[in-house]
Amino acid sequence: MTPRIVDLRRGILEKNDVLAQSLRLQFSEAGVRVSNWVSSPGTGKTALLEALLSQAIENGTRAAALVGDCATDNDAQRLARSGAAVRQIVTESMCHLEGDMIAAHLDGWDLNDLDLLVIENVGNLVCPTAYDLGEDTRVALLSVTEGEDKPAKYPQLFHSADVIVITKTDIAAAVEWDREAALAAIHAVNPTAPVVETSSRTREGVSELLNTLLTPSRQLQEAP
Amino acid sequence: MHELSIAHAVVSTVVDALPSPDARVTQVRLRIGELSGVVPQALEFAYDVAAEGTRLADAALIIERSPIVIDCPTCGPQELSTAHDFRCPVCARPCGAVIGGEELEILDITLEDPTHLDSQLVESQP
Repeated sequence: MTPRIVDLRRGILEKNDVLAQSLRLQFSEAGVRVSNWVSSPGTGKTALLEALLSQAIENGTRAAALVGDCATDNDAQRLARSGAAVRQIVTESMCHLEGDMIAAHLDGWDLNDLDLLVIENVGNLVCPTAYDLGEDTRVALLSVTEGEDKPAKYPQLFHSADVIVITKTDIAAAVEWDREAALAAIHAVNPTAPVVETSSRTREGVSELLNTLLTPSRQLQEAP
Repeated sequence: MHELSIAHAVVSTVVDALPSPDARVTQVRLRIGELSGVVPQALEFAYDVAAEGTRLADAALIIERSPIVIDCPTCGPQELSTAHDFRCPVCARPCGAVIGGEELEILDITLEDPTHLDSQLVESQP
């Protein structure tokens, strides 16, 4: 019996990619801007999202959020206080979100009634990188407590981001945050993504981030 | 540790693509880019777990790594030696235009397929 080689040339995550692409089409037809937030646990995604959703509601922006965690719906409960529509995705120890989890949690939501959908990924800097969720903006976040060289240590994620957000700037001085070193590390892995510096406590950068997320990412890339 | 999800995706994609129910898979060849976020050693370990009890149980996994390649507007395609410094190695200009290194791809599979062999024999008869 002679062995034969069969060319496949298939993307390993083809199923997810196809689904994500159909989600992207659905989002764009409904006119909803979708962002996928990725960071390590403890960066302050949920606190920032609380501030962002409150700001969105104040502005009359129709916003919703899907939040991924391995267990509990604590984050969804916190975020629902902003008045935005929020759903929890419990991944049961899975370290990232995939396209089918997003599709399954959109049931009953009329996307035409939304301007902004934020997907808060499971806190993890590695695994979510490979999975397209149909978002138009991928947001990578790092806090001033994490070390300026985080982008150099996790280049795949920070390279893949359309927007990079620095959180907890209100305590930057206390933790001796070296802003220039952090910006250099970010630009080394991602020369084009805009960087937004935020504090959920003082609300610094929250409006700027909201505007950025509501702007098509192609325009972000083209901005000087 | 998303390598287990990746390994399951490899197994199910290959099983779906098998041409005949009798085909035995002896090898699966992947291309994994340096910028894909997948660690080959972790994937090899996860693959053994994912392939167990499937038609890939005896198939060897071969992982080919592909380097990060940027398309420098001045110097053209250039290979990078690290993932944390996206500057052209020739002119040092920052460049985020990646044209290689993000691959997560099944290249080919090697089969021992008795059905296939039989049909070839029939075809070769006068």
